Amino acid sequence: MLSTLASAADPTPMAAPKPLIEVQDLKVHFFTRDGVVRAVDGVDYGVNPGETLGIVGESGSGKTVSSLAMLRLVPPPARTVGGRILFEGEDLLTRTPKQMAALRGRRIAMIFQNPATSLNPIYSIGAQLSEILVWHEKASRRQAEERVAELLNLVGITDPLTRLRQFPHELSGGMKQRVGIARALLCNPALVLADEPTTALDVTIQAQILELLADLQARFHMSMVLVTHDMGVVARMANRITVMYAGRVCETADAATIFSAPQHPYTRALLESMPRIDQSYSRGARQKLPTIAGRPPNLLNPPAGCRFHDRCPEAIADCRRILPVETAIAPGHTVSCIRRGSPGIAA
Amino acid sequence: MSALLEVDSLSKRYPVTRRGLFRARQYSEIRAVHNVSFRIEAGETLGLVGESGCGKTTTARAILNLVEPSEGVVRFQGRDIVPLFKENDRTKVLQVRRSLQYVFQDPWLSLNPRWTIGETLKEPLRVHRPEAPETWGARVEELLRMVGLEPHHAWRYPHEFSGGQRQRVGIARALAIEPRLLILDEPVSSLDVSVRAQILNLLVELQDRLGLTYLYISHDLSSVRFISTHVAVMYLGKLVEIGQVDALFTRPRHHYTRALLSAIPMPQPGAANTRIVLQGEVPSALRRPSGCPFHPRCAAALPVCAEREPLLTAAAGDDHRMACHNPT
Ligand SMILES: Nc1ncnc2c1ncn2[C@@H]1O[C@H](COP(=O)(O)OP(=O)(O)OP(=O)(O)O)[C@@H](O)[C@H]1O
Ligand SMILES: Nc1ncnc2c1ncn2[C@@H]1O[C@H](COP(=O)(O)OP(=O)(O)O)[C@@H](O)[C@H]1O
Ligand code: SF4
Ligand SMILES: [Mg+2]
Ligand SMILES: [Mg+2]
Repeated sequence: MLSTLASAADPTPMAAPKPLIEVQDLKVHFFTRDGVVRAVDGVDYGVNPGETLGIVGESGSGKTVSSLAMLRLVPPPARTVGGRILFEGEDLLTRTPKQMAALRGRRIAMIFQNPATSLNPIYSIGAQLSEILVWHEKASRRQAEERVAELLNLVGITDPLTRLRQFPHELSGGMKQRVGIARALLCNPALVLADEPTTALDVTIQAQILELLADLQARFHMSMVLVTHDMGVVARMANRITVMYAGRVCETADAATIFSAPQHPYTRALLESMPRIDQSYSRGARQKLPTIAGRPPNLLNPPAGCRFHDRCPEAIADCRRILPVETAIAPGHTVSCIRRGSPGIAA
Repeated sequence: MSALLEVDSLSKRYPVTRRGLFRARQYSEIRAVHNVSFRIEAGETLGLVGESGCGKTTTARAILNLVEPSEGVVRFQGRDIVPLFKENDRTKVLQVRRSLQYVFQDPWLSLNPRWTIGETLKEPLRVHRPEAPETWGARVEELLRMVGLEPHHAWRYPHEFSGGQRQRVGIARALAIEPRLLILDEPVSSLDVSVRAQILNLLVELQDRLGLTYLYISHDLSSVRFISTHVAVMYLGKLVEIGQVDALFTRPRHHYTRALLSAIPMPQPGAANTRIVLQGEVPSALRRPSGCPFHPRCAAALPVCAEREPLLTAAAGDDHRMACHNPT
């Protein structure tokens, strides 16, 4: 699907697709009483038209903060202190707040982790979703309600006309997330940012929501950024995957490559450390899981050089001194590790 | 071999009052745990899995008498322990508590923020080894080393620790008085992936070294596959299938188990061909369906499934049991 879209936009099919959104050297820091937290510290990634980019990483690696930065919604005391966010050719960081407000929810929409808190408890589902259409598209109440009902139906909510009049607390977690998806799709956005959209749900409900998202994405050729800490979820959903660690990107490649031939030591270690449901762990001499020693660093005071160096099985002396820069090692595959040929910035 | 822990027809019901339409109140009850039976042999690990609210924690709490079971027998080392708690015989209750320890899901909430780690670890010793206070210090040091921490950590407070370290403290506290059986309630769910593997390895190592028996509760099936010898699957308060870990994961017999396993996205792109996506919501325990509680979502349901509740019966070999009128 990706290739047909790319070739539709570009007559030479071999040319690399032009990203819909491109994050370049993004820096978001939290200015706290204890000091500056370098939550996102020089991050690059891009999303091509019609594709799903999965962003994975452990908690605190900067996934949420970098995706909020794309909407210019980083919460204080955080500030975006550097970089560019090119969306349809323009840098979002130079837009006025008014221009951003017109873009949010219309061209770029967000699906949140917690469906319970992302809906307003005091308005009915119909009222809060119609409001968006009235605001963005100057639709009449009536048109808006029709469109909302159509979308609720699309996301698999039966009897949408009744649901319109219900309040969030009357819906189950899975249904709330369906409403969250319907809300994101109201204005046919070009890009949907989904931050851990299924983390709060049970696995059988997660499976329903993932199937729905994959189906809608293919039908409407949306681009999607799917943020998650679950390797299974990205494997199921993403065309390409960006792996983050401690506020930086380790590696980006197509999904198959990340799983079959990961290059960054962190990606490798992370995949190896996860037990698998399709593997038998013999009883006799009991197996141990390969582990990554230590824990993710405190970003108030991140390690110099490569941020993974104190946990990395392949670290050499230079890793403590040199900050590796993302480098292409194959078409569409970038890695940020001096042992994989990245040049670096000396501290 | 006789089982270390044997749970027989354990049930826990909670009364609930709801506002009705015409009467001010309606009384009904939630069957949080319904007729649950299983046994764990010494040295084994039973993984207890199921979705949120299915009754895993309540089962654990009822076994330990943190909530009083509504019905059923909990036999520990051959003796029914439910009456001991009822009679409130302090020496016997302490004896049971010493052998049966609980590790909580959330390492944050389970540690007293005002106590140093040393004080936290001494607490069980104070209760169970009051006669030998001079041994407490050495024991705390030994416990810290056992779980991969350092003796100087005894002087620190919980807020100075990471989630993984706090979970190590939780495990050390449970081990303080040399229990036989640990009930681990979601011990790795709140931890980061890279730290999860460390704790899972620690649990395996401690089990081998100390001859421990585990009841391992989790909704994370990959960690269950790794750590368990046997697995029990729960749905709406009821065990629907139980068997040896490899048999259950490779040849699940109950339709719910199959759907649950296939719902888990594999870390392998394109591995998605034979997925079963269950329709419908998990029903609330308040409105438990008649007959087999799974029947409204089951593709293989027969008319009988809505009428009669299937009992847990032997499926393949005496070790594997499931509760289904129309098994695969
Ligand atoms: N004190 C209580 N009063 C009333 N109902 C309760 C009480 N404790 C638990 N329940 C109900 O019993 C059922 C089982 O709850 P339990 O906490 O055992 O689930 P669980 O399997 O541990 O779920 P989770 O995976 O979310 O931890 C739920 O429907 C819950 O709402
Ligand atoms: N309110 C805050 N104050 C200070 N630092 C924060 C705050 N919120 C987030 N951070 C920092 O930002 C980093 C990235 O957070 P986040 O993007 O939410 O991570 P993820 O979504 O990958 O789990 C965290 O490691 C944390 O150090
Ligand atoms: S740069 Fe060095 S420390 Fe960082 S991942 Fe590569 S080898 Fe490891
Ligand atoms: Mg996040
Ligand atoms: Mg629980």
